[in-house]
Amino acid sequence: MSLAAKWRQWLPHLGIAVVVAYCLAPFYWMLVSSLRGTDDIFSTSLFPSPLSFENYRSVFSPAQGFTRALLNSLIVAGITTAMSLLLALFTAYAMARLEFRFKRLILTLIIATSMFPVVSIVVPLLKLFTDIGWINTYQSMIVPSMSFTLPLAVWNLTTFFRQMPDELEHAAMVDGCTRGQAFRKVIVPLAAPGIFTTAIITFIAAWNEFLIALSMTNKPSMQTATVAISKFSGATTYQTPFGSQMAAGVVVTIPLVVMVLVFQRRIVAGLTAGAAK
Amino acid sequence: MADTAIPPDTAPHQPGTAARRRPGRPPAPERPRRHPRSRATAGTGRLAALLVSPTLLVLTVVVLYPTLMALDESLYGPKGLDPRTGFISNTEPFVGLKNYTDIFTQAGDRFWNAFWNTTFFTVVTVSLETVIGIAMALIMHRAFRGRSVVRASILVPWAIPTAISGLLWKWIFNADGIANVLLGHQVLWTADGFSAKIAVVIADVWKTAPFIGLLVLAGLQVIPKEVYEAARLDGASALQQFWRITLPLVKPALLVAVLFRCLDALRMFDLPYILIGAQKGSVETLSMLAQNEASNVRFGPASAYAVLLFLYVFLVALAFVRLLGADLIGGAGGTKKHKSHAVGVPRRRVREVTA
Repeated sequence: MSLAAKWRQWLPHLGIAVVVAYCLAPFYWMLVSSLRGTDDIFSTSLFPSPLSFENYRSVFSPAQGFTRALLNSLIVAGITTAMSLLLALFTAYAMARLEFRFKRLILTLIIATSMFPVVSIVVPLLKLFTDIGWINTYQSMIVPSMSFTLPLAVWNLTTFFRQMPDELEHAAMVDGCTRGQAFRKVIVPLAAPGIFTTAIITFIAAWNEFLIALSMTNKPSMQTATVAISKFSGATTYQTPFGSQMAAGVVVTIPLVVMVLVFQRRIVAGLTAGAAK
Repeated sequence: MADTAIPPDTAPHQPGTAARRRPGRPPAPERPRRHPRSRATAGTGRLAALLVSPTLLVLTVVVLYPTLMALDESLYGPKGLDPRTGFISNTEPFVGLKNYTDIFTQAGDRFWNAFWNTTFFTVVTVSLETVIGIAMALIMHRAFRGRSVVRASILVPWAIPTAISGLLWKWIFNADGIANVLLGHQVLWTADGFSAKIAVVIADVWKTAPFIGLLVLAGLQVIPKEVYEAARLDGASALQQFWRITLPLVKPALLVAVLFRCLDALRMFDLPYILIGAQKGSVETLSMLAQNEASNVRFGPASAYAVLLFLYVFLVALAFVRLLGADLIGGAGGTKKHKSHAVGVPRRRVREVTA
């Protein structure tokens, strides 16, 4: 084998290594830094030594209120996802299966709403929620979050429903099901993987939200995890508590990374569904 | 990935067309069939309205209504002192277009700075992300082994909340941080200056270039292999294959990715807000400016900035659709036609070669 051929054979592997390193190195640095003690937090060794869980203990100390913030994130992202999925399920079915006037226009409008700058809905809603006393409530975060999760879910589910053959429901309807029954008993169970994928993508989007949660809360007990971490304060005024921030960042990210590792195939299918066609 | 490669049957199922096509069929049985069909269509319309209306209602409440409210609010000034009582008045004074005209006078500097920052971030990050993303997609498309590892690692930056990645990069760009150690040079990345802009660009590109790579990879995988074989037989170089085949064929996927990224970059908030901080001139974007004004209870000017950002985003989206038209809208009709046309030419050549 000539040198050039050998080079050609190894080049893709080298490229892959570069891509993986590019994507993971900063995350790895967060992980390593979170496992250092206070004294060697500025150490630049590639492995934490000695290994210390001090940062994690300080993150979960009751004074920090981080457990509550995680719970808030879970509630807000969970309810947002559930509500968006429920509404999107009906709409996506209509978009994929029924012929009606203005269908294209409606779908375009729904997708277009997800592109609007969040800040231009946050500013007026902030004023409205202040007037009706909704500041520091879950609904003040859930309702505005649906402005971007609902279009996302509709778009994703529509693509999934379109991939399923029409004959399935026709067969069910020939067998005596109504359209509604065919939908409930045949389509929804068969679309379960698609619904699940949409749920993951929607949940990650809602979990990562920052601007709405930042604007709609000022009580620490109502802040979501992303906002709470950004407001961690150090022991002294001018010290940024990087150690506990990194540890909290790992805690917030690990569930998502695990989801990504387990369901990567489906997540990719969901994310690229719109782009590949 | 295999799921996306299946061409979806987007054509609506039309009962009756097959029957009509059959030659020699007497017209009589068709008439009674037409009646239930039209009734079914009316029923379908009602069902569709029923299914779609909850979503439209929610979007009206959370998007349309606030947008109209913002338009109205932007015509009011901040609450001032009531000259009669000496207390802060309950109502905001109507100031007309003053919030907008102020942009060209005193308040203008901060607005134009935010405007140029937003534009700078959008242009620079999206161009870098596109180039790096395409390169990543080409690499991933080549390497067949370990694809799932790459796919998983590419999703990691996407899954990390932007707010967290802001903190992560703040740590990396810290004065004693790893970035300066690796560079062997002291750069005050997170102080207010041009280096802060660069820090935001690097962090944003890290997070989203892999995502563009993923979308482009999806586009690459639906390109039939024969196209490249034909080109190779015709003696096209690797570079020619890239410019003449790969790029045109992934164009629809790429355009969707670039449009989404542009609109996302235009409303950038979390990353500069956390990485550098609020009210830092060098990285303040329009979203940050509007949020800052609103948090200081100056809802009028805040709404005006939000409305202007909204218009900016809208114009960019419109320009995209106008310039690139058929490639973007729907993702069904136009894209398909474009694809089959582009593929059609090399395919014919395949036949010529093999014949």
